[in-house]
Amino acid sequence: MNPQAYIVGAYEHPTRKAPDSSVAQLHAEAAKGALEDAGLRLEDVDGYLCAGDAPGLGPLNMIDYIGIKPRYIDSTDTGGSSYLVHVAHAAQAIAAGHCNIALITLAGRPRSEGSSGLVPRNWGENLPDAPFETPFTSVTVNSYAMAAMRHRYEFGTTLEQMAWVKVAASHHAQHNPQAMLRNVVTVQEVMDSPMISDPLRRLDCCVVSDGGGALLVTRAEVARSLKRPLVKVIGAGEAVKGPEGGYFDLTFSAGRWSGQRAFEQAGVKASDIQYASIYDSFTITVIMQLEDLGFCAKGDGGRFVADGNLIAGVGKLPVNTDGGGLCNNHPANRGGITKVIEAVRQLRGEAHPAVQVANCRLALAHGTGGTLSGRHAGATLIMERE
Amino acid sequence: MSSQQSEGAVQQATASTEQSPIQYLAPRILGDQAVFWEAAKAGRFLIKRCKACGKAHWFPRALCPFCMGETDWEEASGMGEIYTYSITRKARPQPFVIAYVTLDEGPKMMTNIVDCDPASVRIGQRVRLVFKATEGDGPPVPMFRPVEV
Repeated sequence: MNPQAYIVGAYEHPTRKAPDSSVAQLHAEAAKGALEDAGLRLEDVDGYLCAGDAPGLGPLNMIDYIGIKPRYIDSTDTGGSSYLVHVAHAAQAIAAGHCNIALITLAGRPRSEGSSGLVPRNWGENLPDAPFETPFTSVTVNSYAMAAMRHRYEFGTTLEQMAWVKVAASHHAQHNPQAMLRNVVTVQEVMDSPMISDPLRRLDCCVVSDGGGALLVTRAEVARSLKRPLVKVIGAGEAVKGPEGGYFDLTFSAGRWSGQRAFEQAGVKASDIQYASIYDSFTITVIMQLEDLGFCAKGDGGRFVADGNLIAGVGKLPVNTDGGGLCNNHPANRGGITKVIEAVRQLRGEAHPAVQVANCRLALAHGTGGTLSGRHAGATLIMERE
Repeated sequence: MSSQQSEGAVQQATASTEQSPIQYLAPRILGDQAVFWEAAKAGRFLIKRCKACGKAHWFPRALCPFCMGETDWEEASGMGEIYTYSITRKARPQPFVIAYVTLDEGPKMMTNIVDCDPASVRIGQRVRLVFKATEGDGPPVPMFRPVEV
């Protein structure tokens, strides 16, 4: 079933550090921003989606705090990719008649609260895998690093190639006044940054930022009644990959499966995509996801991203033209919503003129949530300007 | 938040010097995994194998993750090969090597590579199991050292 839903509101909270805000406040401010963007009112919202990190019991406390009266709710949590999953689920709910206008919100303050990819996460006392992972100091960064190390071993991916992902992000971020890191960096500067967990250096890692975002998804009739350009979701896919009982291949991510589902549903090919938002928790994440989504052959990701190929106006595939998680924003350590927001900007023609893709009709957004060499969920959206 | 996994516990557990060895975080002992940790205390490294499909898996489960068959404990060789690794320079006071090791029995497992120069670690290296003590009354945890240093 083709999703046939439209993204009519997309808002990125401008804050990158919010020591004096509450997380709930950031959720509400993001919701207000998306409603104003769409030209809708709070009472129009009849569906609500957030992830498990939202304050409270699933979606209940944010529904009460923001003041929503939903008849459809979903609090699926797949980490940073949750918000791409939410767009897909909202589209399915709308197609099935369960709601008309679905609001998705994300917010968090990891920068103010001192969180990072080096602090072990705690998912509860009954986690069956934790006794066999926690003693080894498994943290976010070394999970991605182990995937990168295997990728280098199998395919000869170089540190310089990984650096190009950061260089491209910084070229885009210089045009984004809200970006946390706006300085253009060189391959050499990435090479010279301190090693955090081999082969990932500091500049291979995304920022830690406070912030949030919100999206509004609705049906065709509502979308056409609004004054905004029409951005239609034409394909969606979700997939989960883990250590699989000990028999796993770290050279690919769940994006191989979620991407295939999304492309099949949309009826388009990777070579048709004019702009791509690719989750950039780390540089290696981008390289592997580009391969898994079919933008290049498996193992060719390093060569694909090199020499500015991801820079708007320079390369063949503009990626993360807002500066991405590497330079702009990674709100709540969950960057998926910013991936959708920048894709919507590109399809509307509202990206910064320096990075706007000319006549952008077809865009992809992809997220990887969780840990790349542990358990993660890939979620892919393909969107079309109508 | 469990005591094993709180940030404070991490700092406490890793506050060591070269003179006093690292106190690794103790695992939480869950019901269906208790046999593994009891054996570890006796120096025996157990894995689970399915009685129905015959396949070994990691980490140990009551039911086979491939066919939902009943599973049995068996003593593993403790031999394996490094599938991937990373020298993590932060998160503990000293750099350490986290790795996935492919056991000779088949499954890969997360571990640390110890008792060697981190810079000497390579993918494909043969490794042998060594149990390392954990904080407090915790059972020892399965780590690996290179067969040839």
